[in-house]
Amino acid sequence: MDQQGYGQKRLVVGAHYGTLDFIAQRVTGVIMAVYTVVLLLGFLFMGELNYENWRNLFAFTCLGLPVGQMLATAAFLSVVWHAWIGVRDIWMDYVRSAGLRLFCQVLTLLWLVGTVAFFAKILWSL
Amino acid sequence: MSETASKRRPQYRNLTVPQLLIYLSRMPLAAKTSILHRASGALLFLCLPLVIVPLFGRSVTSPETFASLAEWTANPLFKLVLLAIIWGYLHHFCAGIRYLALDMHKGNDKVTAQKSAGAVIVVSLALTVVLGLKLFGVW
Repeated sequence: MDQQGYGQKRLVVGAHYGTLDFIAQRVTGVIMAVYTVVLLLGFLFMGELNYENWRNLFAFTCLGLPVGQMLATAAFLSVVWHAWIGVRDIWMDYVRSAGLRLFCQVLTLLWLVGTVAFFAKILWSL
Repeated sequence: MSETASKRRPQYRNLTVPQLLIYLSRMPLAAKTSILHRASGALLFLCLPLVIVPLFGRSVTSPETFASLAEWTANPLFKLVLLAIIWGYLHHFCAGIRYLALDMHKGNDKVTAQKSAGAVIVVSLALTVVLGLKLFGVW
């Protein structure tokens, strides 16, 4: 290998080298930002703040489809995928022991999968 | 793993907390925004199943649980937790928008990047104050 270890000719090793994670982090970020704006607009135009109107933000249907729940599910999965990449980056940066890092990453995954189940139970009970 | 990382670099591992605080205070604004982005993300990650999802659950499950939220939020300690989450969300949102712009090569020059970093901190703190005053019943 030549001496140049940076720039366009840098040595790139490992499977996909994080490109999917890089793109997923940004795409999920955009999805969450858009959903935030959608929810905010819904909140501003829903009229009086009461239980029915609030619930309807997440449980409204359109042509018989549970669109509110579908949007909330997509947004929440974006949150969790985004969080996985971010928290995994934190462990990769600060935890130098490979065994401890794997342990932290597994805990993170369990934490997030549990959160998805918790949220899904609430949302799809509406 | 990669040969690019094999070159030896100096390492400083005996930093004390006061030295670390001086180091943090001397960071450029963009570095502060970056570390706050990470800190706010970690905060939101921890609060997600502990506070945010349970709160969401109570707000949507039934009219009774919806009404009971007023009791939760009457607790000043809980208000502080909520305020921290509100700041975390706002900072992460604003800093995230900035990163998306930087990724598209917008505002990458030194002066603009420092200005936008300062704007992220100021805007998210200002919005936190506005929502905090609402939370504590000022308006």
